[in-house]
Amino acid sequence: MRASRSGRRGPGLFRSRRSGREEGARAALVAFVSSIVFLAVVGWVVLTSEAWPAVQRQFFSWDHLVASWPAVLGGFWLDVRMFLVAEVLILVIALVVAMIRSLRGPAFFPLRALAVVYIDFIRGVPIILLILLLGFGVPALQLPGVPNSPLFWGLAALVISYSAYTAEVYRAGIESVHESQRMSARSLGLTQMQTIRYVLVPQAIRNVVPALLNGLISLQKDVALVFILGIREGVREAQIYTARTFNYTSYVAATILFLLVSIPVARFTDWYTERDRRRKQAVST
Amino acid sequence: MTVPKLELRDVRKAFDGTPVLEGIDLVVRPHDVICLIGASGSGKSTLLKCVNLLVPIDEGQILLDGEDITAPGVNPNRVRERMGIVFQRFNLFPHMTVLDNITLAPRKVHGATRDEAEARARELLGRFGLEDKADEYPDRLSGGQQQRVAIIRSLATDPELMLLDEVTSALDPELIAEVLDVIRDLKSAGMTMLIATHEMGFARDVADRVCFLDGGVILEQGPPAEIFARPREERTRRFLQRIVEAGRL
Ligand SMILES: Nc1ncnc2c1ncn2[C@@H]1O[C@H](COP(=O)(O)OP(=O)(O)OP(=O)(O)O)[C@@H](O)[C@H]1O
Ligand SMILES: [Mg+2]
Repeated sequence: MRASRSGRRGPGLFRSRRSGREEGARAALVAFVSSIVFLAVVGWVVLTSEAWPAVQRQFFSWDHLVASWPAVLGGFWLDVRMFLVAEVLILVIALVVAMIRSLRGPAFFPLRALAVVYIDFIRGVPIILLILLLGFGVPALQLPGVPNSPLFWGLAALVISYSAYTAEVYRAGIESVHESQRMSARSLGLTQMQTIRYVLVPQAIRNVVPALLNGLISLQKDVALVFILGIREGVREAQIYTARTFNYTSYVAATILFLLVSIPVARFTDWYTERDRRRKQAVST
Repeated sequence: MTVPKLELRDVRKAFDGTPVLEGIDLVVRPHDVICLIGASGSGKSTLLKCVNLLVPIDEGQILLDGEDITAPGVNPNRVRERMGIVFQRFNLFPHMTVLDNITLAPRKVHGATRDEAEARARELLGRFGLEDKADEYPDRLSGGQQQRVAIIRSLATDPELMLLDEVTSALDPELIAEVLDVIRDLKSAGMTMLIATHEMGFARDVADRVCFLDGGVILEQGPPAEIFARPREERTRRFLQRIVEAGRL
């Protein structure tokens, strides 16, 4: 295994004398140096341009960053909490919808049709429209016994919308499980629901973890859309600061906060997907 | 005469207008071991799936202990509980240990407690020499071991009838014997079995009756000694001739 791998890397004498670790260290050094050079060139071009002082004043002012930070951070904390609550709900609701959609046979037609209508309908409506509709619309009705906070309905809109997409992710996973697994389970006397729950879904989830993680990254940003309801989350706080000072550094502050969360998740997704791919290759050989 | 364990009456099945089964009549008495032979595509798997109600039939009747299981209103899950079926491959659930594979149906379908189900599973694993594999995942087992576990899984619900679909055809020659031994063992325990197979030597050895499937019907059936030595039909003769030429008899 080892021999064949280093053999594939190249026939040169020079290479075969180096160990894998040395090779790795050298590659890292090359990557590091070339990145520094690249950043230096770009930085030099930007910083020496005529427009830079104005750009810096408007977007990258240290004073404004410090001044806006506490409010933006506080708002962002609400984003994080909304994200966590919504994500849990989405993962559960979407799974239920996908399971319903995966039921077969004429007896389940009404349930299945309901799931299809929900998914098609929601996927056809811009998420921002859904947020406006529910977030402003429902509280305006002042229905007794129904929550009338825009925050509640804004989150509900996010959950409803994302669940439709996520249900399709799960369904693709369920359908990727070999048909014989369904048959084996059914032949043992398991009902359809038991088959889906104990046999198909556990295998499906493994297949769709990368896709679910992608959805997670996307949601982590989209929670900010509820700012349109006047909810004082991160983006809204940044907007308020900008409106007061005519300086955009607070938006940069919000940008930094969102990136601090989403980049690690993106890296993790890549790492996980790659590991998964390697494992599958290892099994198939 | 006793009621047959299983009876097929003029069973017909077509896929998208292409007929596969064109009037199957078959009687399986209790403790009978019936081997289905026939060319690839002759409908052996389809026949077994029809019996297990995994594939709905178009016409005819299938009776289990004299009851029509193809009648409307019959709950297929209740019927399937009474028979075990083992396919060629892709049988086991890869995300569960051997023990969980075996105990799933007893626990979820038959309402056994985990302890009961596991005790029974370990007993069966022991009987077939697999006691040390209880906690392995299927991909850590050889093909022969996997197939034996699949058979045990079907046995764990105490079926009255076993349907085996070419359970050795995906296996290396040295692994076939261990699976066939399991089936012989079941025969001596009195299990009623309907077996689709390409292993003619095995069929000759284990079958009470061999059925040759051809053109959507059972063209010829009888004790193995007769079928293999003196086939009445020209097509049976030619089929067996090809098998002999391929070195499988
Ligand atoms: N689900 C299906 N949809 C359409 N056609 C099918 C389906 N299942 C089987 N067939 C067709 O029915 C015919 C019989 O298939 P079957 O699998 O029963 O044959 P077999 O005797 O088991 O063959 P083998 O010895 O190769 O396993 C084949 O022509 C096959 O293409
Ligand atoms: Mg077959």
